Amino acid sequence: METYSEHFETLNWDQIKSDIYSKTERDVRKVLDKPKRSLADFQALISPAAAPFLEEMAQMSRALTQKRFGKTLRMYIPMYLSNECQNICTYCGFSMDNKIPRKTLSDEEIIKEAEIVKAMGYDHILLVTGEANKTVGVDYFVNAIRLLRPYFSQISIEVQPMEQDEYEILNKEGVYAVLVYQETYKEDDYKLHHPKGKKSNFQYRLKTPDRLGKAGIRKIGLGVLYGLEDWRVDTYMCAEHLAYLEKTYWKTHYAISFPRLRPCAGGIDLKSNMTDRELVQLICAYRLLNEELELSMSTRESESFRNNVIPLGITSISADSKTDPGGYANPQVNLEQFEIDDKRSTETYIDVIKKQGYEPVFKDWDKALMSFFN
Amino acid sequence: MQDPFKLGDKIFQSRLFTGTGKFSSNIEMEQALLASESELITVALKRVEATMQDDLLKHLNHQHIHLLPNTSGVRTAKEAIFAAELAREAFETNWIKLEIHPEPKYLMPDPIETLKATEELAKKGFIVLPYIHADPVLCKHLEDAGTAAVMPLGAPIGSNKGLKTIDFLKIIIEQAKVPVIIDAGLGSPSHAAEAMEIGASAVLVNTAIAINRNPIQMAIAFKMAVQAGRMAFLAGINQQLDKAEASSPLTAFLD
Repeated sequence: METYSEHFETLNWDQIKSDIYSKTERDVRKVLDKPKRSLADFQALISPAAAPFLEEMAQMSRALTQKRFGKTLRMYIPMYLSNECQNICTYCGFSMDNKIPRKTLSDEEIIKEAEIVKAMGYDHILLVTGEANKTVGVDYFVNAIRLLRPYFSQISIEVQPMEQDEYEILNKEGVYAVLVYQETYKEDDYKLHHPKGKKSNFQYRLKTPDRLGKAGIRKIGLGVLYGLEDWRVDTYMCAEHLAYLEKTYWKTHYAISFPRLRPCAGGIDLKSNMTDRELVQLICAYRLLNEELELSMSTRESESFRNNVIPLGITSISADSKTDPGGYANPQVNLEQFEIDDKRSTETYIDVIKKQGYEPVFKDWDKALMSFFN
Repeated sequence: MQDPFKLGDKIFQSRLFTGTGKFSSNIEMEQALLASESELITVALKRVEATMQDDLLKHLNHQHIHLLPNTSGVRTAKEAIFAAELAREAFETNWIKLEIHPEPKYLMPDPIETLKATEELAKKGFIVLPYIHADPVLCKHLEDAGTAAVMPLGAPIGSNKGLKTIDFLKIIIEQAKVPVIIDAGLGSPSHAAEAMEIGASAVLVNTAIAINRNPIQMAIAFKMAVQAGRMAFLAGINQQLDKAEASSPLTAFLD
């Protein structure tokens, strides 16, 4: 099999939806009693029938997560480099048709951001941009990474999808992880939400993790943007994608995020609202499916949710984040991608983590382990 | 009971080696590791800034503790060698726990890359402790390559399943010219005792202590189990019998 697309063609959205919605409490019980769970079992765990089992799922998820990851939580922080974008996305503040000021950080501004974020204690950083290939392409990223490498042990990116040879270049420059969310796996709906720009090409985005795997990038982040489509079916599709990738690119690490849509400039009304209970169900279901998977959470979520989610299965988390380019040195709300919810300081949130008996881990990688650029 | 154990250029009183991952705080880690009386403690190079400013390292700064840097995170021999050289400089030790697991899910050790890296590192003067599968032939190759010990797994790392590989471990122990340290999978003190009873030179335990509700108590339990298992091994383990064996002969009157 060349890419995930071939397998994806065999999946029928409506059939999967009907399978998930017809699961019964008995199906869920059976799955919970198993020592290992398959993708078919996962359908029961994300089904409405699993709702009464939430506490039991949470207890199991906590135990499995502690067994693998211990009582630790890895910390990262996003750094927005640019909000220029040639895509129209109905839900995103950076969308080309939004009349917001556009900004791409200069060398001096990147270094200024790095110094501030480093002083906050962060050592793992996630670089974020929109999609503006001419001004913010691979050359821009190489330059940014070279500027940032002296400051951080681990650099990851969440930017426009690129070609395999471009990912190979970034890998050699020391990029550790690339996050690329499909947003939704429902192709016709994807086209409605991404009417214009390079991002409107559903298949190109779908094949991006294959290009990353082939380029040898160490970690691939997958996810769905919750609010666009039925969360259960989209989650199942994402789990299928993950299972394919794990088997094909077996040296690669994987991480899953579960962004729920947040208010932004020009944002749409949500089609499918995911409740807090449902998000917890989703987190626990992923853990019960895959004991080794990194599950990641951002500051999109509320203070109280982020306080209580710590032991449930999450293994990496950000805090104190800005979503506007240059926002750590000079916050400008009108440049934001979306409005974050939990605005507490890193110090405050670390205290919350420690009070729950968890150790916040700021360094879990070393540049030295990527010997090829040393 | 005095039963010192020589490994590389060092003598250890404790045959319980430990790790530093997964603890809920550095203070709790320090207390548990002190309680374990472990003298060789492994630290992932990737987790620390190798300076004494590092909070984790500060908590391990005790006279009796030798730090054993490990290469966790590398995928190839080349990366492992680079990491080992960096560790030698940063930790001022030529000891290295070689961990090459390119597969991130079960962290299965790569035998091909591990053998390559061991050959190279031994030539460069390192005391190499490689984490491997319970593969007896690989152990002999590693001996020929100059390894200081072999560290076969009892079960997948972090699985707490005990000595799933026991038949192969016994062959390794029977054939070994270097110390055999059972690493990974030991979930309870009885597993550690069993490893010592079959003749392992030492065991390495991390997860079972770190994620326990009471890490200090569990550390002490492992310490005692390792001592008990070793003592029993030295005394000679009684053979298991399917039938009853009478303590006085029943047919002696016929003689």
